[in-house]
Amino acid sequence: MCGIIGLLVKRPDLRSQLGDWMVPILIGMTERGPDSAGLAAFTDRAKGESLKYSLYADDADFDWKRLETSFKKHLGSKIKLDVQDNHALLSTHLEPEEVRTWLHEHFPGVRVLSVGKIMEVYKDIGTPAEIADKYAFQELEGSHVVAHTRMATESAVTPDRAHPFTAGRDFCLVHNGTVSNPYSIRRMLEPRGIHFDTDNDTEAVCRFLEWRMREGDSLEKALQHGFSELDGFYTLLMGTKDKLALVRDAFACKPAVVAETDDYVAIASEFHALAHLPNVNKARIFEPQPEQIYVWNA
Amino acid sequence: MERIDLAKTSLRELNQFLHHEIRNKKIKHVEVVNPDGAHSIAAGVDAPVKIEVRGHTGYYCAGMNKQAEIIVHGNAGPGVAENMMSGLVHVKGFASVSAGASGHGGTLVIDGDASLRCGISMKGIDIVVGGDVGNFSAFMAQAGTLVVCGDAGDHLGDSLYEAVIYVRGKVKSFGADAREEPMTKADEKKLGELLERAGLKYKPKEFKRIASAKSLYNWNADANQEY
Repeated sequence: MCGIIGLLVKRPDLRSQLGDWMVPILIGMTERGPDSAGLAAFTDRAKGESLKYSLYADDADFDWKRLETSFKKHLGSKIKLDVQDNHALLSTHLEPEEVRTWLHEHFPGVRVLSVGKIMEVYKDIGTPAEIADKYAFQELEGSHVVAHTRMATESAVTPDRAHPFTAGRDFCLVHNGTVSNPYSIRRMLEPRGIHFDTDNDTEAVCRFLEWRMREGDSLEKALQHGFSELDGFYTLLMGTKDKLALVRDAFACKPAVVAETDDYVAIASEFHALAHLPNVNKARIFEPQPEQIYVWNA
Repeated sequence: MERIDLAKTSLRELNQFLHHEIRNKKIKHVEVVNPDGAHSIAAGVDAPVKIEVRGHTGYYCAGMNKQAEIIVHGNAGPGVAENMMSGLVHVKGFASVSAGASGHGGTLVIDGDASLRCGISMKGIDIVVGGDVGNFSAFMAQAGTLVVCGDAGDHLGDSLYEAVIYVRGKVKSFGADAREEPMTKADEKKLGELLERAGLKYKPKEFKRIASAKSLYNWNADANQEY
């Protein structure tokens, strides 16, 4: 199973509603994914040359203050750190390679969930309601959000195997379904220097598409390559800094419903999760066709 | 008429009401409001009752229906009227995947489009779709009729048995063993009745007949799996 959730707020004056509108959709998808949940939100742009790093500490009592002090001492750079339970949003102008290497050496229990100018990621194990509460999802503001509720099939129930998965900068992906050739994709990507954090099938899809885009493909072109390379069942929802994209495989076994109004585009695996959105009775409601690429601009 | 509000009543209470009380109290007309995409609405009904659902439904609405006339004033989720035995199910919007799957009897009318696998493994049900049907529709359909007033997707009627398909628009591709055949007078009569039952004004002459070539009925050792 698994539930996918997407929301893009079209009108800038309604971006403060993002969290309020999204949380009931996420909780509505609990039956499809009760073991983990997560989201990638496209919120404020990081200042100047800074990048936003979403960090996750395995230890619930992790001392973030120590990380902040140590970061300044070793890397000589001031950072901004917003802590939310065992997640923290770190802002620095340092490049991902340097930050990752340093973290790996000094704080091996801290994982980088995402890197970007706009995107931030929160994911954990537990019910969607618990996770929404723990990380104050209701308060999120921004242009779009990609979220997921997980019922694990292909890998263990751990926070790092929850969705969304990210690769590169400001790119995330959630997946409902199973891909049966993740190891052939890994074997194709690893010799090109692409590193994998988990054994999860969705991570392979995410890294494949991001690699295609780094090779020059547009998101749409990368997805066309995906149709021929990915073997399995999937409904995929992706976020980039300015886009929300949705595709289903040729058999369209994994559901998705879209409700679009002048104010928003809302996506969920089942309609009942969208039923309480404002003006949903006036929305254009449809199911995405197999192997058709749907893209909305933020 | 009884009105049940799913914002106030649980789905289980609704279905228990539809399974027991309507028969005991001889209720003939039920309206369900605020369905909001709930699953299994009016599944397993076995009584001559008219049930009107005001809104969209989730998975398996009207599944296993016997006798009842169930009208969905909205869109239906996956597996609407799956395994229907008799009666009528009418979806005013579109239907998701596997509409009428495995249906034994009765009539399923969908005013809008039906998604993939419409009428998969149907066993006697008549399905009339006002719009298009998705890929793999009528896959392994054994008996009954599928009428498509719009276009059909890929692999229509793959591995058909005795079910017959009538399509008014284009067929993207036929499945294994499905083929177009000439329309007969009997086809026109049957199709005319079904279109009238669905309230559609198309003429039977606008449709083509698709049925099984029956080349898969018997094992052919020389076919080398090239179907």
